[in-house]
Amino acid sequence: MKILPDAKGRFGDFGGRYVPETLMNALIELEDAYRQYAEDPEFQEELNYLLKEYSGRETPLYYAERLTEQLGGPKIYLKREDLNHTGAHKINNAIGQGLLAKRTGKQKVIAETGAGQHGVATATVAALLGLECKVFMGEEDIKRQQLNVFRMNMLGAEVVPVTSGTRTLKDAGNEALRYWVSNVDDTFYILGSAVGPHPYPMMVRNFQRIIGDETRRQILEKENRLPHTVVAAIGGGSNAIGMFYPFIGDEAVRLIGVEAAGRGIDTPLHAATMSLGTKGVFQGSMSYLLQDEYGQVQEAHSISAGLDYPGVGPEHSYLKDIERAQYVPITDAEAIDALKLLCRTEGIIPALESAHAIAHTVKLAKEMTPDQLLVVCLSGRGDKDVESIMRYEQEGSL
Amino acid sequence: MSVTGQSQNRMDVTFATLKEKGETALIPFLTVGDPDPQTTVDVIMELEAAGANILELGVPYSDPLADGPVIQRASQRALTHRVTIDTCLHVAKQARERGSQMPFVLFTYYNPILQYGLDRFFEELQRNDISGMIIPDLPIEESEEMRARSRAAGVSLVPLVAPTSHERIASILNGAQGFVYCVSSLGVTGERTSFHSNVEQFIKSVQASTDLPVAVGFGISSHEQVKQFSAFCDGVVVGSAIVRQIESQIPLLTDPARKADGLQQIHQFVADLKGTR
Repeated sequence: MKILPDAKGRFGDFGGRYVPETLMNALIELEDAYRQYAEDPEFQEELNYLLKEYSGRETPLYYAERLTEQLGGPKIYLKREDLNHTGAHKINNAIGQGLLAKRTGKQKVIAETGAGQHGVATATVAALLGLECKVFMGEEDIKRQQLNVFRMNMLGAEVVPVTSGTRTLKDAGNEALRYWVSNVDDTFYILGSAVGPHPYPMMVRNFQRIIGDETRRQILEKENRLPHTVVAAIGGGSNAIGMFYPFIGDEAVRLIGVEAAGRGIDTPLHAATMSLGTKGVFQGSMSYLLQDEYGQVQEAHSISAGLDYPGVGPEHSYLKDIERAQYVPITDAEAIDALKLLCRTEGIIPALESAHAIAHTVKLAKEMTPDQLLVVCLSGRGDKDVESIMRYEQEGSL
Repeated sequence: MSVTGQSQNRMDVTFATLKEKGETALIPFLTVGDPDPQTTVDVIMELEAAGANILELGVPYSDPLADGPVIQRASQRALTHRVTIDTCLHVAKQARERGSQMPFVLFTYYNPILQYGLDRFFEELQRNDISGMIIPDLPIEESEEMRARSRAAGVSLVPLVAPTSHERIASILNGAQGFVYCVSSLGVTGERTSFHSNVEQFIKSVQASTDLPVAVGFGISSHEQVKQFSAFCDGVVVGSAIVRQIESQIPLLTDPARKADGLQQIHQFVADLKGTR
C-alpha cells in the first residue's frame, strides 16, 4: 500500500496546500513538528496517558444485540466514541493537537466549530493544558447551540461570533484561517476535521486512527475475524477516516461513508458533497466540493450541524475515486428515525451525525445476513441535539 | 527580458515608463460588479483620470479567505449580480473600448479559475488584454502549471511575498514576472494604522533579490502611507480603502441623477491618495 499523503500533501489528485503565502512557513513548521513528535516516545506516552486517563479510552466495541435482532440482518457492533470525555470523537484530535501546541511553545489556540463539539473539545483541552482559547462559531450556529456556547465559556474559552457569509461552519473555518493569518506568530490553529491544507488532513487522520485501530483489535478479540462492513458518518470526515484508515489494506472489508442528504439530494437543501459535488479547491485543499459552475461554494444543509459542510476531506475524495470506499446519502428524516430506533432498542441517544450512520445500517441490514459482521462508528452522543430534535418534531407536526 | 515573441506586456511598459520618470505606480483594487458591472466601468475610467497607473480587478468569490470585512462585503454585493470571470473580462474590455490605457491585473482566488478551465482562461486573458493575475491562495508549491502557462501566454502571474516568507523568497522570485507583491503585514486585506515592524527592511531585502518592480500592499489607505512607501517602492496597492470609498458612495452611484457626484468623490479620494489634487 502506498503511503499517503505524498511529500506535497497529496492523496492522488486531492489535498495540497492552497493558502496565502503568509501561512506557508507556519504549515511547513507544523508538519515538521508533527513528524518529529509523532516519533517521540515521550510525546506518545503523554498522548496515550491523556487518552486513557482523561478521555476514558479505550472506548467499548459494543454488540448491539437488540438492534441486531430487530433488523434481522448482520451482527451489529457499535464503536462507542460517544463515551469519550466531552461526548464525541473530537477530543482524540483536540488532545493531540493541543499537546503539539504546547510542545511548539504556542500559548494561544484557536478552533472553528459548527455544532460546538470540536469547540467544546478544544476549550476542554485548552483548560487542561493551560492555553488561551478562542473558538470561531457562526452566528446562526450560536443561536442554534446556546448550550455549547455556554459550555465553552464555562471552560474559559472565548466564543467569537462569525457574521460573514452563511454564518455557519464554513464561514467559521474561513474566519479561523483569517485570524490565524494575522496571528500566526504566537497562535496554534487546532483544526477539527480531516480537511484544510496539508498537514491537517494527515495529522487529524493519524490522531483519529485510534478509533479504527481499537476497533480492528477488538473485533478480532471478540469474533476472531474482520467485519464485513464498516459504516461511519461523514461531514469533513474525521471520525470516518479514523475508523477506515486501519482497514484500508483489508480489501475484504467494505467501507461506507454516510453523508447528509438534508431534505433530499433532489432538493437544493443537502450536504451531499460526495454524491453531487465536483472537484475544487476549498479551505486550503483540493477535494470534492458543493459549488456552482463558476466555482462559487454553495451553502450546505443538514439537520446535523456537524455534517452541514459543503466540503469533504481530501483522503475521502481519493478513497471514492479509487473505489476503496463508498459514500451514500441519508436524509434528515431517515436520520431522525434511526436516532429514535437506537434510543428505543439500545437505550443510547446518538448524535444526529452518528444517526446518519445508523440509518444507513438499517438499509444495509436488509441485504446482509446474520453470519456477517457490521461495525458502526457511533461518533458522538445526542445530548447536544435534544433541542434540535424537539424543534424538528414540533415543526413537523405543525 | 521579452517573452516568447509576444508583444511587450502593457504592465512591463508602465513600470518602465514610471521608473524613467522616477515615479511610483499607484495600483488601486476594486471588486468588479460592486455595486454593479456597468458602474465598475465608470469607476475604472474615473480611477485612471485621477492618476491610477495599474488596476487590480477583483473577481468576487464566496469564500475570500485572504480578505478582510470590507472586500468580503464588496464580494457579497457583486455576487448578487452573479458576477463571474467572464463579467470581469467584459468589464475590462468595455473600459478599454472607452479609452482606458491602464494595465489590468485580475485578482482572483484559484477555484473560479479551475472551474473556468485553464485553456479557456489564458485564451480569454490574452483576448481581453489582461496583463497579469494575482491568486492569493496559490503558493509556489501549487502553481507550477499556472506559471508555465503564464509564461507561454505572456501574462504575468504576480507572486506574493509575506513577512513570514523568509528563506522561501528566493524560490518565489525565481522566474517570476510582472512585479513582486510584498504583503505589508501579517493578516488579511484591510486598512491598518501600523505595519509589520520591519516592513521597510523586509521590502528592501526583497528588492535586493529581484530585478522586477516591487510593490507593497495590504492596509495602505492614506496619502501619508502612499508617500511613505513610494519613497522606496515601485508600486503601492490600495485596496480596501478604495472599496470602502466605493461602498460609501453607493447611494450616489446607484442614483442616475447623482452618479456623477459619486464618481467625483471617488476621483477626489484617489487624487488625494496620489497627492496630485
